[in-house]
Amino acid sequence: MEDIAPKPLRIAAKASSKGEVAAMKKSQIRRQSLFSRVKETTIHIFLACNGYLSIILIALIFIFLFKEGLHAFQTIKLSQLIGNPSIDKEGRETLSFLWQPVGDHPKYSFLPLICGSFLVALPATILSTVIGIACGVYLAELASPRLREIVKPLIELLAGIPTVVIGFLALSVIATFVQNNLHTHFRLNAFVGALGVCIVIIPVIASMTDDALRAVPDDLREASYGLGATRWETLSRVVLPAGISGIAASVLLGMGRALGETMIVLMSTGNAAVFTANIFSSVRTMTATIASELGAVAHGSEQYYALFLVGSVLFTMTFIINFFAEMVVSRMRRKLRH
Amino acid sequence: MNRRKLVGQFCESLCRGAAFLVLTVLFFILGFILMKGIGVINWTFLSAPPTDGMTKGGIFPAIFGTIALTFFMIVMALPLGVASAIYLNEYAGTGRAYRVIRAGINNLAGVPSIVFGLFGVGFFILFVGRQLDRVLQTGLLFGQPAMLWAGATLAVLVLPVIIVSTDEALKAVPQSMREAAYALGATRWQMIRRVVLPQSLPGILTGSILSISRGAGETAPVLFTGAAYFLPKLPVVKLWGTIPMVNPMEQFMQLAYHIFILSTQSTNVQLTRPLQYGTALVLLVLTFMLNLGGILLRARFRKQRRRG
Repeated sequence: MEDIAPKPLRIAAKASSKGEVAAMKKSQIRRQSLFSRVKETTIHIFLACNGYLSIILIALIFIFLFKEGLHAFQTIKLSQLIGNPSIDKEGRETLSFLWQPVGDHPKYSFLPLICGSFLVALPATILSTVIGIACGVYLAELASPRLREIVKPLIELLAGIPTVVIGFLALSVIATFVQNNLHTHFRLNAFVGALGVCIVIIPVIASMTDDALRAVPDDLREASYGLGATRWETLSRVVLPAGISGIAASVLLGMGRALGETMIVLMSTGNAAVFTANIFSSVRTMTATIASELGAVAHGSEQYYALFLVGSVLFTMTFIINFFAEMVVSRMRRKLRH
Repeated sequence: MNRRKLVGQFCESLCRGAAFLVLTVLFFILGFILMKGIGVINWTFLSAPPTDGMTKGGIFPAIFGTIALTFFMIVMALPLGVASAIYLNEYAGTGRAYRVIRAGINNLAGVPSIVFGLFGVGFFILFVGRQLDRVLQTGLLFGQPAMLWAGATLAVLVLPVIIVSTDEALKAVPQSMREAAYALGATRWQMIRRVVLPQSLPGILTGSILSISRGAGETAPVLFTGAAYFLPKLPVVKLWGTIPMVNPMEQFMQLAYHIFILSTQSTNVQLTRPLQYGTALVLLVLTFMLNLGGILLRARFRKQRRRG
């Protein structure tokens, strides 16, 4: 402890009498010459420049993304983002929901992409919520402290696996497994993607649930035990309700991650922009659309701006979700402090 | 009474089962990749470039590219991020504007990585790069995918992560320590350098390591900002004809991108499966060493803090 104690404190520890401290203060003040004042100001300005540069860079992302995205409206009408009027086989007029940016009549319906994103993200979030919360409960309430010290880092390690590796496994292992057991029509489908995405967001939910439950004061638990409740009754009726806002935030954050996940869905959902509610159909998410089309697009073309618009929509969605999660967490912190 | 206990035990074992399931998945992934990949790994695999249309040979250029890219990212993001966090935490006030900025940064850490890729292509390559080319009359030197732009994109990606984790570490230093330093006549910078930074160093280090590992494993942001399918030679240039250095204006091969491209777009996916597992193993080992270091450091740091 001795050597990490900051120097002024060490000096203070050595200075036994009040007189010595006063003498030291005097010398410090005298030493604060013009040079030191210039140095202070320079450092202040340098750090401020860094701070503002970061803020500007971050603001640039917002501004640039939306500026390019809104460009799309110069040529694409808002109604076209929903569907295009077309004539079906029997000669009736209908709306076709297609994302076909290449061709003579490019179509930019966002519905299949948004639908694809949610078809992956919702099942993944639901499954991960169940497993993740159970995992968090285990970590916070059931595991012995020693076991917890081992299990929690391991679960967090799972979140550190590069998503491309998980996508690769989803593509080669999970897809085969699902097809052999469920006999799906498409080998790569939304369900396979959802299973892959689960691996990424379960650790997020588990870890945050654990934090939320451990923040619940022990008085509540003791009061419950005092009334004769069993461990599970205490857990399910006292501790979980008390930590519910933190858990809700973790689920929201998990959902944000699921919506924004790129590599796993790009590799394992089949990449067909279909407007469907069938979870075993090939789909294409917003993220995968950007990832698979950005490479071949010409700068300044209609499709280029349309992709930025997809990016803006995606950004807005995840931003709102994250914002709510953040709000819930900060409210919880404030409540626990009182 | 008995029934209540039974229900409790049943539910508790479900929770245990969930934790067990997650650990099983982790060990399955690790074991599976290790088992399938270890057979491919030998000295040639680690030190040779791909040959025979990517079906044979090694992945050295991809390892080289990953490390060089991560290096560029760190050089751009780490000093900026740490300095920004120090400014925001120690100099800037706690007013409304400051809170909005913090919320924005916090939120940005959760923005999808492909959005950063989009930003990298649109802003760094097509806007900054093309403008540079026009001003400097360099033809098409800056306005195309390159290591520099990929590094910059990743830097913007990890910047919020670094700022948030540094901020957290700085916040953990008790206010009384700062006051004690001021009371002894320290100036603001003396206080930061001698009191705040030494105490928050482990936390800053942990955050940095975790963000490095995140950057090293990221694929989506580099898809279009500089990663290449195959390059016959390393992106190295001889400075003044003698000193070799990484050429920031060239494209590069990268481990994560290599896995992606081999498993989805190569001409014969089945033929290159062993190579895919081998590459995945190398990438996993690389990121895991970083992650494990970071997580252990953080656990130790937290324990210390709780004790202090």
